[in-house]
Amino acid sequence: MKPAPFEYHAPASLDQALDLMHEHGDEAKLLAGGQSLVPAMNFRVMQPGRLIDLNRIEELSFIREQGAALRIGAMARERHLEFDPSVAKRTPLLAEAVPFIAHPQIRNRGTIGGSIVNADPAAELPVLMLALDARLKARNASGERWIEAQDFFAGMFTTALALDEILVEIELPFMPPRTGWSFMEVAPRAGDYALMGVAVLIALDEQNKCEQAKLVYLNAGDGPVDAKESARLLEGEMLNDKLVESAAGLASEKEINPFGNVHTSPEFQRHLANVLTKNALKQAMKRAEENLQ
Amino acid sequence: MTQSFPVTITVNEKVYKCEVEPRLLLSDFLRHELGLTGTHVGCEHGVCGACTILFDGESTRSCLMFAVQADGHAITTVEGLAAPLSSPHLFTDEGTEGGLHPIQQAFWEAHGLQCGYCTPGILMTVIPFLKQNPNPGEDEIRGALSGNLCRCTGYQHIVDAVILAAEKMRDLESL
Repeated sequence: MKPAPFEYHAPASLDQALDLMHEHGDEAKLLAGGQSLVPAMNFRVMQPGRLIDLNRIEELSFIREQGAALRIGAMARERHLEFDPSVAKRTPLLAEAVPFIAHPQIRNRGTIGGSIVNADPAAELPVLMLALDARLKARNASGERWIEAQDFFAGMFTTALALDEILVEIELPFMPPRTGWSFMEVAPRAGDYALMGVAVLIALDEQNKCEQAKLVYLNAGDGPVDAKESARLLEGEMLNDKLVESAAGLASEKEINPFGNVHTSPEFQRHLANVLTKNALKQAMKRAEENLQ
Repeated sequence: MTQSFPVTITVNEKVYKCEVEPRLLLSDFLRHELGLTGTHVGCEHGVCGACTILFDGESTRSCLMFAVQADGHAITTVEGLAAPLSSPHLFTDEGTEGGLHPIQQAFWEAHGLQCGYCTPGILMTVIPFLKQNPNPGEDEIRGALSGNLCRCTGYQHIVDAVILAAEKMRDLESL
C-alpha cells in the first residue's frame, strides 16, 4: 500500500507546468487533488514515472462570473464550489450536486478539473459538465483550445486531451430563466459511489412548453450518458405524467448501458434510473414553474 | 531512491524541517518520521477516514497526500487537541492532565468510542464541522461522519458525543 517511486515536480506557474508537460507529457501524470490518483498509486494500479503537482499554481484556482458565464479554474476545490454564492446563483444544478461528491474530507482536496479529467463514469462532475453545456479550455506549451463537454469524454477514464495538454479552465453558461433542475442519485451510504444518478434540466418557453430538456446519467455506461432521445421526447411538449413516464422508460431501457458491479445488477441500475428520472423530472418541472419570472 | 526534497512543515504549531522522498505519504511522515502515531492508518485508499488530519484547518485524508505537498503548510493532528500542561483549556476536566479538548471530553463522557481506532480521524473531522455548524441536527452530524468508518459502536454514541461536543463548544463560546 505504498506508491512506487516517481520523479516529482511542483511548478509555481502554469507556464512552468506546460513546459514540463511538453518535455515529459508521455510519462507524467498531473497531480490535482489526488483523491483518485493517490489511492490508485497506493494500490500500485498506477505507477507514473513522474508527477507534476499543480497545487502550487494559484492562477488555476478561481471562480468568477464573466459575461453570461461562470469561469472556474481547474484547481478550484469541490469544497469551494459547494459554498460559492455565484455557483449557487448561476448554476444551481451544480450547487445541488456537489455535496453528493464523496465526503467533506475528499471535497476539501478534490478539484473540479481533476474529477473531469479523471473521467470516471461513476463521478458526478463529468455528468454535470454535459448537463450544463460546459466548455473546457485545454492548454499546451504552444497554445490553447476550447473543447465542448460533449466532445471531451472519450470513454472510461479517457478524454480528448493530448498527452501534453492541461485542462486549465471550465466555462459554464448561466442557467437561463424559466429553467428547472434536479440532481438525484442512490448510493449505499452517503458519499459512496452512486449505483445510479441523474442530472436533469428543463427549460420552458413562453407557452410553458418544454423548450429544452437534458437528462445525463452517471454509472450508466463507459462515460457520462446523455439521453438525447428521451430529451427529444419532451421538447416542444406540455409536460405531463405520461410524457415523464415515457421519457423515463426510454432512458432507462434503451439509452443507458449500465454494467452492474459488486453492489448491483444492471437490471437494478435500470430500475433505479427509471425511478430517479421520474422523480428528478418532476422536481425540475416544479422548479421551472417557480422560476417563470 | 528518487531525489529527496527539503520541506518545512508546521505540525501542531511546531516547525519541522526534514528531507522527504516524494512518494512518502503524509500519514507515514507523521507516524514514522515525527513519531506522531495518533494519526491512524486504516485503509490507505481514502475510504475509512482514520487518517484524517487538519491541513491548513480543513479536514483532509493524510493517506491521500504526499508529505512533500505539505511543505509550507500547517497541520494539526489529534496530538494537537489536548492542551499542554502549561496552558490548560478553559474547559478542563478534573483529573485530566492539561485538559482534554472539549470535543475529546464529550467523546469520553458520551462513550463515543470503543476500540478507539477510528477516533482520531473522527475528532479531526468533527473539529471543523462544529466550527461551521455550531448547532447541527442529527442528520447533518451523520452526513459529516459519513467519511469515517467505525466498526465497533454502531455510530449512535458517536452521534451523541458530537451533540454533546456541540453543546460544550457553544458554552465555551458564550463565556
